[in-house]
Amino acid sequence: MQNSPALVPLLLLAAAISIPVLAIKKTGVAYLAALAASLGSVVISAYNALRVWESGPLTYHFGGWNPPIGIEYVLDPLSVFVALVVNVVAFIVLCHAGGLKEREIPGKSVPYYALVLLLLCGANGMILTGDLFNLYVFLEIFSLACYGLIGIGEKQAPIASFRYLIMGTVGASFYLLGLGFIYIVTGSLNMADVRNILPHVYGNPAVTTGLALIVIGMGIKMAIFPLHGWLPDAYTYAPSTSSALIAPIGTKVAAYVILRVLFFVFDVKFVSQTLPVTDLIGWLAAIGILFGSVMAMAQNEMKRMLAYSSIAQIGYIGLGIGLANPLGFIGAVLHILNHAFMKGALFLVAANLRKNAGHSDISKLDASYRKKLPWSMAAFTLAALSMIGLPPTAGFFSKWYLALGAIDKGNWVFLGVILLSSLLNAVYFFRILEKVYLGTPSAQGAEGAPSPKSNRGEGFVAGEEEYALMIPAVVLSFSLLLLGLLNANIVKGVIQRIIPLGM
Amino acid sequence: MTNPEIYRSLMPFYAVMVSLIAAPLILMSSRQANLREFWTLAASLVKFAVVFLLLPGALAGRIAEFIFWEISPGIALSLKADTLGVFFALIASGLWILTSFYSIGYVRGLNEHKQTRYFASFAVCLSATMGIAFAANLLTFVFFYEILTIATYPLVIHKETKVAIAAGRKYLIYTLTAGVLLIAATAWTYRITGALDFRAGGLFGNTSLSPSIMMVLFLLFLGGVGVKAAVMPLHSWLPAAMAAPTPVSALLHAVAVVKSGVFGVVRVVGFVFGPELMRQFGLNTLLAIFAGATIILASLLAFRQDNLKHRLAYSTVGHLSYIVLGAALLSPASLIGGLLHIANHATMKITLFFCAGALYVKHHKEKISELDGIGRAMPWTMGAFTVGAIGLAGVPPINGFVSKWQLGLGALQAGEILPLAILVLSGLLNAGYFAPIVYRAFLKKPAVPYERGEAPPAMVIPIVVTALLSLLLGLNPDLFFHFYRLAVMVSGSILGGGP
Amino acid sequence: MTDFILGHYAYWAIIFLLVLGLYGMVFKKNLAKKLIGMTIFQVAIIMFYVASAVKWAATVPVLDPAIGAVDAAKYISPLQHCLMLTAIVVGVATSGVAFSLVISIYRRYKTLDESILLERMKSS
Repeated sequence: MQNSPALVPLLLLAAAISIPVLAIKKTGVAYLAALAASLGSVVISAYNALRVWESGPLTYHFGGWNPPIGIEYVLDPLSVFVALVVNVVAFIVLCHAGGLKEREIPGKSVPYYALVLLLLCGANGMILTGDLFNLYVFLEIFSLACYGLIGIGEKQAPIASFRYLIMGTVGASFYLLGLGFIYIVTGSLNMADVRNILPHVYGNPAVTTGLALIVIGMGIKMAIFPLHGWLPDAYTYAPSTSSALIAPIGTKVAAYVILRVLFFVFDVKFVSQTLPVTDLIGWLAAIGILFGSVMAMAQNEMKRMLAYSSIAQIGYIGLGIGLANPLGFIGAVLHILNHAFMKGALFLVAANLRKNAGHSDISKLDASYRKKLPWSMAAFTLAALSMIGLPPTAGFFSKWYLALGAIDKGNWVFLGVILLSSLLNAVYFFRILEKVYLGTPSAQGAEGAPSPKSNRGEGFVAGEEEYALMIPAVVLSFSLLLLGLLNANIVKGVIQRIIPLGM
Repeated sequence: MTNPEIYRSLMPFYAVMVSLIAAPLILMSSRQANLREFWTLAASLVKFAVVFLLLPGALAGRIAEFIFWEISPGIALSLKADTLGVFFALIASGLWILTSFYSIGYVRGLNEHKQTRYFASFAVCLSATMGIAFAANLLTFVFFYEILTIATYPLVIHKETKVAIAAGRKYLIYTLTAGVLLIAATAWTYRITGALDFRAGGLFGNTSLSPSIMMVLFLLFLGGVGVKAAVMPLHSWLPAAMAAPTPVSALLHAVAVVKSGVFGVVRVVGFVFGPELMRQFGLNTLLAIFAGATIILASLLAFRQDNLKHRLAYSTVGHLSYIVLGAALLSPASLIGGLLHIANHATMKITLFFCAGALYVKHHKEKISELDGIGRAMPWTMGAFTVGAIGLAGVPPINGFVSKWQLGLGALQAGEILPLAILVLSGLLNAGYFAPIVYRAFLKKPAVPYERGEAPPAMVIPIVVTALLSLLLGLNPDLFFHFYRLAVMVSGSILGGGP
Repeated sequence: MTDFILGHYAYWAIIFLLVLGLYGMVFKKNLAKKLIGMTIFQVAIIMFYVASAVKWAATVPVLDPAIGAVDAAKYISPLQHCLMLTAIVVGVATSGVAFSLVISIYRRYKTLDESILLERMKSS
């Protein structure tokens, strides 16, 4: 198992390539193979995480070439943690996908699952790699898979996907261009090596330009305000599984890259004082939080609302980065985890609605859905409470650390934004909860006036929910309680071990 | 006073968990109404028993503590049954038993819908209230405070009418905003002091702070707990929330939720800032001004309400500020008076709300102007009502007198005349807005004669019990639950040295 | 100053290409033309890398007995070129995906003009 660090991306890549071959005769094989590969990636990344947790950071040199020449994988607590989160969420979403494929992607399941695995391969590669150019390659693998997964969707999906492709390619190209500047100055692509060389050349304008380009490029991928234009359409029109997969993973991976580059390649002091990139990100994120929340209130389509809420939630991570202090960092990393689970759960519920009701239009929701989908709605409620940031759910704690960080920095505006946004979240989530939980179900109401024993049949009577659709959503959202209650362990065990130097 | 002995115990944990465990049981037995009600009653009895078992320890200065685990590095989710906590928990859990009986009578009498949701939410609310009472630090307090907010929401909108939904929204806007302010205040305090554990006399210790920061921090706290304590101008959710069924108004809007607010005020004043800082920065004067204004304004507004529950709501707003005033005056007797008023107001106001509910169930009367002559038809109910009303006006021998007397004494101890004047004036105003109700009920002739008869016994018995309790606690404030001794101990621990 | 401008002529050309590409992506209404803009943009970056590796009076990085292994300044760094081979492949793949999307858009809406497309999206 010495090669386990490299195994996750390779396994996923191999599975992605072999799925079309395996599934020539029987298309059903594709789903099972994808599920197996995803489970494999969960197991291996858990194993990696355990190794790192026990014996400290690991590196893996591809082909035996030593860095800085060769490509290096770096497994430190942060990267294995994010990788594990991504793989776990992806696995749960894939479990859910089995129940949807006939409705969402008729006849296209084989290439679809190949793309899903390619997406995961790209994400894992981006997270684990210690090489800046290798990161670009995985970024493009990831993005191309993304475009495909979105483009498969309903009628307007190709247009949304095309827009995303243009924006995304510009973003990736900016990253590449910025990397070019860095490379010209430092002559190295290895992150650790670049970090050692950079202090000698910080005065060089090429470094500044390069950093700016990289941040803009990744900012597009992360959908940080005002570079978020591609996101609402892409999430709305993509097949439900794709949105449930891309929303929790896609933007988080880009956020992770920004964290990595700013704090682990560049120096905390450089990015927060000499060239206040983090301040800029923080302020844009703050605007993004308010903008996303306000736009989310105005939406009538649940997936679109969730998309805007994603923009706001990305803002939390951006805000944590912008604070550039340990508590902000804890908040940002914890929110990567929390938001992956919350958004995953919410998008899965939206998918269940589409499957059962044929739409996910908020204005058409009424109390009958409480009867039809009791567990999904419970999952939705819990995830919504977490989005609002109420204890004991996980969402409260990301807010808590961010608030502590903002106070530490003395930035009262950020504090105000964090707190105000939970109220805004409450507005647009309670709008849905009110519709679902208030009033008598229309079908039931027709049966006659309530009799003395009319409380019969109330409460938690499981409706005709499919287990395959219901369980993943419930698992994701109920783990929010666990993540919330046990967050101190995550913070102390993982995040505090990797607070960037100089914070 | 010697330092209290602290010992590990599961009791506070049980006190919180009993009703939290009951909630899913209630949900699962939604089809068997009797079983469901059994769970509610069993949980309320067990909960009271658990809290009652903590009483001797608290009286002896032994504090039970239960620590869950760390929920943020350096801060544990922990419960501590100190005197103040036990004091509040006793009131809330004790009255929950009566309210449970009453609720059963009420919802069955009216064939309310969604009774399962109703009872389950009630159970969660009580868990949260216990958590608030026993919270050992600010973060734990915030934790349960927010849970209480959410758990109360289904009860406020229970009727699901337009009015109820609007009230629910208003309630959420106020309380969630308050929660957010409280989180900000907590986080800030943590950054300043590095600790959040409640400590009698204040947790800031020797930290030197600028007056402006102190003022802002205090206002944040006040915004956080003041909404639930319905201090003006943050009170307007409370009358709106009267759209909820009467038992909800009775327990939550006279006992659990609003008292959590004033309990929070006492915690903040006595255990976060402490008397010295309060006086040093003039924060107690600020608080007293808010409280005094609220007492008078709320009493005046109460006159204008024709809806009985709304009048009671404004009366509640006024009386809550008695407690806040007691905390603000920071003299031994005023603190004792304020604390006693938590208990006394609870028994009296719950009696009044119970009566309002009984009137509604039996005759569907909600307006005061329709109550002519109803006292003769429902003598027990209206008799109890009269007891509560007299008590709230501060007339002996009902318990309202005791707390008001202590408050007045406290004002003199603090050397302030104005609060005393406010108390006297408010007593008169109270008498002024309750007298017409009693007068109409007993002395006016009804337009249409009522059929003589009371509400179901499940409702009337709790009414009589609470009224009796008000009377007995008025005759001997230390009866059964040693409220007086507890209050003296708390006041001693906050002010140091004892009274 | 003149030296600076003239000495970096290749970079000026690259900047021109970058701007041209961006212009095409933003202002052209036709989706295919947007794609052309995107490709120009990508090519400009590839040229940027290649330009950065230029070294006058140096040769390919294959050991030449005449020069020897010591004088590294006589050899061109091969890394940029290698990187750009990868980038070209990535670019081709991107164009491929993009064109397939354009085709499926055309099949569904029978147009590639963005303003007409917007109208048809609304009406559908």
